Amino acid sequence: MIPVVYFYVFAAILLVSAAMVVSARNPVHSVLFLILAFFNAAALFVLAGAEFLAMILVIVYVGAVAVLFLFVVMMLDVNFTALRSGYQRYLPVGLAVGAVLLGELGIVLGGWKVAPEAVTLRLAPHAANVHNTAQLGRLLYTDYIFLFQASGLVLLVAMIGAIVLTLRVRNLSRHQNIARQVARTPADTLELLDVPSRAGIAVLGISRPKPDRPAPAPAENSHAPDGGHH
Amino acid sequence: MMVVGLSHYLLVAALLLVMGIFGIFLNRKNVIIILMSIELILLAANLNLVAFSAALDDMVGQVFVMFTLTVAAAEAAIGLAIVVIYFRNRGSIEVEDVNLMKG
Repeated sequence: MIPVVYFYVFAAILLVSAAMVVSARNPVHSVLFLILAFFNAAALFVLAGAEFLAMILVIVYVGAVAVLFLFVVMMLDVNFTALRSGYQRYLPVGLAVGAVLLGELGIVLGGWKVAPEAVTLRLAPHAANVHNTAQLGRLLYTDYIFLFQASGLVLLVAMIGAIVLTLRVRNLSRHQNIARQVARTPADTLELLDVPSRAGIAVLGISRPKPDRPAPAPAENSHAPDGGHH
Repeated sequence: MMVVGLSHYLLVAALLLVMGIFGIFLNRKNVIIILMSIELILLAANLNLVAFSAALDDMVGQVFVMFTLTVAAAEAAIGLAIVVIYFRNRGSIEVEDVNLMKG
């Protein structure tokens, strides 16, 4: 009797917090209600006998995904009240679509029953004296190992994709470019000139670092204020 | 195995799915809330899978939930990354501003 009460309590909190996620005024509150919804869904998983998935939901969803949402909401300097304009306009459409969908799901739920041969089609019935986590691990590492590896690949691609998307290369620090240093030859930088005696370097057009443009004629350059020292 | 009938779980999951769809329509401008609504929809699907797994006493449903969670986590990460770079480029996250490709 007590577990039944627990089920209704958790289901009620789950649905209320889901409603608050979509209707909260402040997106930070939305994220916090999303976390509450995940916790209650995890409790429903436990009541259904899926303890490992419940823990995964708490660790992965509350610990990673919801916190990621929280980071993004707090990081973006968005005027969230402006985003809520048109709320009243979208409300009737949303209610209509929701009501239609709920009606259809109600029709499905009303005229639905388990096929009698479903019990014979089970792939992995619950083994005696093996708890949920151990059995899930046995299945995952034997029959579904390729799918397990593929899901790891999906996560890898997602990680690389997220990093590549958000990486912003800003030259804030001066790195040592070893390849450039090694490839540097004396011909690139060293120049031997015949400098006449008592002639200024500005007159010859010698200035370092080299300007990108070709150096102006020495006659025009001679009256520059920083025309070099003699 | 299950403390309440399968139909109770299915009803809760159906209501959760409707909440998610409703959220997408209600917050048509805010991409972050839309992503959260998608998370709610995926949670409803997971709840259905776990409920059927428990009712039919078949562990494969829970294995499938693992894969669904993986894909959902990847989707959230990529979606939020796109939101961040979109905000960086345009200074807004309004869905109606996303018309660069004139799709």
